[in-house]
Amino acid sequence: MTKKTNASADKKADASVTPTSTSASAPINQRLGKEERIELYRTMLRIRRFEERSLRAYQAKKIGGFLHLYIGQEAVAVGCCSLMGPNDHVITAYRDHGHAIAVGMGLNELMAELFGKATGCSKGKGGSMHYFAPDRNYWGGHGIVGGQIPLGTGLAYAVKYKGLKGAAMAFMGDGAVNQGAVHEAYNLASLWQLPVIFVIENNGYSMGTSQQRSSAGDLAKRAEGYNMSWGTCNGHDVYDVRAVMDRFLRQAREESKPAIIEIRTYRYRGHSVADPDNTYRAKAEIEEYRRTKDPIQVFQHQLLSEGVLTEADAAQIDQAARTEADAAADFAEASPFPTPDDIQKDVYWEADHPAERKSQGRLFFN
Amino acid sequence: MPVLTYREAIRHALAEELERDSSVVVLGEEVGQFNGAYKVTEGLLAKFGPKRIVDTPISEAGFIGLGVGASMLGIRPVMELMFWSFYSVAFDQILNNAANVRYMSGGLINCPIVIRGPANGGTNVGATHSHTPENVLANHPGVKVVVPSTAADAKGLLKSAIRDNDPVFFLENTLLYGEKGEVPEGEHVVPLGLADVKRAGTDLTIVTYGRSVLHSLAAAEILQRDHGASVEVVDLRTIRPLDLDTVLASVAKTHRVLIVEEQKPFASVGSQLAYMIQREAFDELDAPIHRLATVDAPAIYSPPVEVEQLPNPSRVLKAALEALA
Repeated sequence: MTKKTNASADKKADASVTPTSTSASAPINQRLGKEERIELYRTMLRIRRFEERSLRAYQAKKIGGFLHLYIGQEAVAVGCCSLMGPNDHVITAYRDHGHAIAVGMGLNELMAELFGKATGCSKGKGGSMHYFAPDRNYWGGHGIVGGQIPLGTGLAYAVKYKGLKGAAMAFMGDGAVNQGAVHEAYNLASLWQLPVIFVIENNGYSMGTSQQRSSAGDLAKRAEGYNMSWGTCNGHDVYDVRAVMDRFLRQAREESKPAIIEIRTYRYRGHSVADPDNTYRAKAEIEEYRRTKDPIQVFQHQLLSEGVLTEADAAQIDQAARTEADAAADFAEASPFPTPDDIQKDVYWEADHPAERKSQGRLFFN
Repeated sequence: MPVLTYREAIRHALAEELERDSSVVVLGEEVGQFNGAYKVTEGLLAKFGPKRIVDTPISEAGFIGLGVGASMLGIRPVMELMFWSFYSVAFDQILNNAANVRYMSGGLINCPIVIRGPANGGTNVGATHSHTPENVLANHPGVKVVVPSTAADAKGLLKSAIRDNDPVFFLENTLLYGEKGEVPEGEHVVPLGLADVKRAGTDLTIVTYGRSVLHSLAAAEILQRDHGASVEVVDLRTIRPLDLDTVLASVAKTHRVLIVEEQKPFASVGSQLAYMIQREAFDELDAPIHRLATVDAPAIYSPPVEVEQLPNPSRVLKAALEALA
């Protein structure tokens, strides 16, 4: 199992991989410089190598709880987050490692969080599903399916209230679209014309239930019922993600208009590492995606054909990503755990700022 | 000192904080055009306009979650729940998101949100509209829970709540909205977590909060007049943080305790209080701690019987006599 995972992106892509992206000519992509294109590629590879390394750590029992891997979906977070301006915000669910790396969080703090260490991005208090970086406009990392979508709508509300030109991207999986809170958020976003893009990362399965067995109708088209615009894009092609998302993000920032975007993607691993992934889809299906649609391989082909990247560059970037992921695991391993004294820190703002505390009485009980 | 209703006192607190801080926004069902389902927000839309006073659809999970998200970015939303009973449809937003996000982010985020509205029985609206969730809310570390009993406290505590950097859940009472009381003029702020001795006495401490304070004070008068018993009434005002010191000081004086609460008995606020009092003042007690709570069943509709299900002066009187025996 471990070996197979490690090899996932190593294979040379099959000849059937689409050689060029239909969205390469979109203005938002055309204006990318060579280094920026390589950076997109590098970020996708760093996400994958980070997650593969985290899986090995999980199997070595260094990580507790759940681990929802993003492997196969990298182009979605990287494409979307590469478009962020200073007043744009991101929030997502529990499959949140890719977005964290895409907004620029460091692998060390992310791996240390998985290891439950005090050096983790949430000091070991959040774990895999709860990464946050407010300084990078990244608001989590949320554990309950669809529960983050009203929060993302609130981020957009705050942006609009403050009179800023910005947008919130509220990510969810295809399983979240049937949650009531998501529909309540859709209604509020359209009613109040909030600059929020609801991004459905449709990987085909809500845990082990396929889209066909879980959702009636087209996922993004539900926007029509709320008088919102909507679109779809190819989540295996980072250029397409950027081209489509750019259009709707501009609409959100400039005209304060919400939208629902369904990005079609695929996850190679189970729902979480606890999912043996042998009940609801065929191995051949996974292999077919890996062989023909892998977002990293697709983009590598694209950059090779553009002459932006050489095979040697690609190998060097990959090696650097592996080294960085290994170093992050070493950092996490060497870091201290939080202490029992840390358990009751970061509960109340007031308790953490005693000099500024205005309330009295006991905040904690035993 | 000016006399205001509890409703007006809350409205004044909202208006003063809206005036003071442009990041304060009032959102909720019927808070604007309708002037408030219970008229608490009457006139605020006319004064502050639709950007600050926002009517929401009937969509508690959506708009409470929106408020939580906005508060993470520095907005100070004051969300009105028409009834706290409706918290159940927004439970995930209130108690997973607002309560936990600071902790899960390792202290990087805080949510300066206030959720307010009435939480009481006694109005013959049946079980779905009569919940008193202060124990459920206060069970979640990260949140603060306030239950004011008087106009002055309602105003002063709400101003503190709005300025607080943690999520504060503010539980009012439809049967108190019309109650009048003196409210200090000018800037009147009551800190959260400070109990108030509403009546001094030497024979029995009644620890209570919310509308039960009024019942306890009424019963205390009868106990004094007819039974020569001197009862001290301690109004907690805030459930979390909790001012146990004021409670213990009173217990050290009276050596007998009756807890009165409009809560279902099982795992109530009173259960926690009783544990803490016996743990910290065991040697001061001359008798077991007594408690009067709501009779343990869903809220009955039948108007005359609902009065008997809840704490009321005669039930408090009976319970106090037992505690004094």
